[in-house]
Amino acid sequence: MTPILEIDAVSKRFVKELDVAERTARFLGSKIEPLAIHAVDGVSLSIGRGEVLGLVGESGCGKSTLGRMVAGLTTPSEGHIRFRDADVASLTGAAAREAALKIQMVFQDPMSSLNPRLRVDEIVGEAPRVHGIVPRKETAAYVDDILSRCGLDPSVRRRYPHQFSGGQRARIGIARALAVKPDFIVCDESVAALDVSIQAQVLNLFMRLREELNLTYLFISHDLGVVEHISDRIAVMYLGRLVELGTAEDLMARPNHPYTQALVAEIPTFETKKKQYSAIKGEIPSPMNPPPGCHFHPRCPHAHPRCKAERPTLREVAPGRFSACHLNDEGAASTAA
Amino acid sequence: MTLLQVEDLATHFFTRDGVAKAVDGVSFSLDRGEILGLVGESGSGKSVTGFSLLGLVDPPGRIVSGKIVFDGEDLVKGGEPMMRTLRGKRIAMIFQDPMMTLNPVLRIDTQMVETVLAHERISRKSALERCREALARVGIASPDERLKSYPHQFSGGMRQRVAIAIALLHEPDLIIADEPTTALDVTIQAQILSEVQKLCADTGLAMIWITHDLAVVSGLADQLAVMYAGKIIETGETGRVIEAPLHPYTKGLIASVPQGQKHGALLAQIPGTTPSLLNLPEGCSFRPRCPRADAACQEEPPLGALLPGRAARCFHPHLDERREALAS
Ligand SMILES: Nc1ncnc2c1ncn2[C@@H]1O[C@H](COP(=O)(O)OP(=O)(O)O)[C@@H](O)[C@H]1O
Ligand SMILES: Nc1ncnc2c1ncn2[C@@H]1O[C@H](COP(=O)(O)OP(=O)(O)O)[C@@H](O)[C@H]1O
Ligand code: SF4
Ligand code: SF4
Ligand SMILES: [Mg+2]
Ligand SMILES: [Mg+2]
Repeated sequence: MTPILEIDAVSKRFVKELDVAERTARFLGSKIEPLAIHAVDGVSLSIGRGEVLGLVGESGCGKSTLGRMVAGLTTPSEGHIRFRDADVASLTGAAAREAALKIQMVFQDPMSSLNPRLRVDEIVGEAPRVHGIVPRKETAAYVDDILSRCGLDPSVRRRYPHQFSGGQRARIGIARALAVKPDFIVCDESVAALDVSIQAQVLNLFMRLREELNLTYLFISHDLGVVEHISDRIAVMYLGRLVELGTAEDLMARPNHPYTQALVAEIPTFETKKKQYSAIKGEIPSPMNPPPGCHFHPRCPHAHPRCKAERPTLREVAPGRFSACHLNDEGAASTAA
Repeated sequence: MTLLQVEDLATHFFTRDGVAKAVDGVSFSLDRGEILGLVGESGSGKSVTGFSLLGLVDPPGRIVSGKIVFDGEDLVKGGEPMMRTLRGKRIAMIFQDPMMTLNPVLRIDTQMVETVLAHERISRKSALERCREALARVGIASPDERLKSYPHQFSGGMRQRVAIAIALLHEPDLIIADEPTTALDVTIQAQILSEVQKLCADTGLAMIWITHDLAVVSGLADQLAVMYAGKIIETGETGRVIEAPLHPYTKGLIASVPQGQKHGALLAQIPGTTPSLLNLPEGCSFRPRCPRADAACQEEPPLGALLPGRAARCFHPHLDERREALAS
């Protein structure tokens, strides 16, 4: 597998703004201060050409931040992202523009990422025209072709985003990303807002486009069921860190990391009898004040003294399978497998 | 024992663009201690059904016909005065966003005690004790500490637990839960489902669990009611519906979830999109998307009892596959 993209020890830190409830509380005299967050904490990954890498984890674990860094929408605080061997952040001029076009992002909420005052043909056709990807005269035909590829009737080209259903808007978002002929697409919760029947249509579209256009995806979702279906490999994050990585089927069948085990156990599945829900305990800790050592230790059923003191490193526990859990070097791997 | 019997309920919105029949002839019943899963895609009328039961539908919407018989009394006939005496006391509601229930500027103990005292004349001390018990019942570990906190000090999952605890304060007979775990992460959702399950089993509390996620309710609900465009199109015991759905829409919904499907294979998809309520097709509303549609479907199908305890609104239900499923 030749990597098309390499994420090398990447971290991102933010200063967190206060939310409404917190601002209200501060107004009323509580001592609440903005805090620094380690949103992404030393993540290394490489993605092969034509691969679909699924990225899962619960909200706030840093998936979007990692995706935005890959798409060049924000820069890492530390580490490097290399696209076809070139460090994305250090490119300038034409090379930077070229790289920026080759990696596109498709967002969760198509309504907020589509300009409401532009018609569909302008939304889809603008970037390829500006960047000279197609001659001006051919833009209309080019846009029609992309719309049909994305399952939209080209006759809708003069409509505005609000005249479409959620599923159709998702397709417009995809068409816009494809219009600049990218090689790599970061899909950030791209089907999360859709009803199941529409979600299936859009997932099918993603799978078909990948085949037809030889695309590579970083497919971000909180929904492990969706990720499992579409991905070749799956990366699991917890509080900014990568905790497990492996091929989709194998990772789902034999999760190694206790957190992955919990996630796999708790994906809602169709039941024909009442299910005994036996959830792992505890809350997702605040990323502003993560637990020391292994971030997962307060919730982990296998936690032991070392877990509080020492951060487990991600290492290969079986061919192609990586996990960050101390159990793996204590001969106790069988309890985790 | 029947706690709630809804008969032919219709709630319409009289908008400038026309009449949206958000709930259009909905019937179901619920026993004490039972959990009903009310499922459907967005806009199918689930929330409006829930709001109707509590008399919380605002203009331009109103209940235009039907009966809501709760513990022997018709709430539609009783109107707002009767609804008011029941709301929050015998029938409580929880929402997707717990901040619909919680007041951001009040401490949890203040708002919970107020809630108790609003309906009951007991001492502040016993009210506080009641609050402590309610928090403990939803799996909150150190209730005393939580009582002295403000909502902003909690995570989303903890806020939802507190909202459920508030709903429990008057020991209601029925809780209507509208997408209460939709915004939560899976591990937190599983915790809440486990608490709710215990609660219903231990106390005889009945619940209507509204969700778009068929998989979530499949492990929780006793009965399912599937909604499409303002109507219940299929009902029955949960396991039977999941195993062998009768209605083509239910069957399509189950098939479009990427679960137990071949890895990477194209998913079965229901073509088209959910219709606008202002522009429904003649006859069966599912007709333009239905693989089984024929000329008969230009009439409106009734919700027919097709099997014991099972009903579907369809002229060509999947009865055949059901026999195969039983045989295998
Ligand atoms: N622009 C930002 N400013 C401050 N904090 C941020 C910003 N973006 C993300 N964060 C914080 O970083 C953490 C990771 O966020 P995110 O990458 O959005 O997670 P996910 O997509 O997995 O839900 C969260 O705690 C979030 O609040
Ligand atoms: N305030 C309102 N004004 C007009 N129509 C409304 C209003 N509220 C709901 N509706 C109509 O009722 C339908 C059902 O809404 P709702 O019960 O919220 O759906 P669900 O909860 O299943 O997503 C909507 O599609 C909309 O047409
Ligand atoms: S390192 Fe320790 S706490 Fe972390 S997942 Fe492994 S056993 Fe659990
Ligand atoms: S009545 Fe006809 S159109 Fe409607 S669901 Fe049944 S077969 Fe399909
Ligand atoms: Mg995100
Ligand atoms: Mg709703």
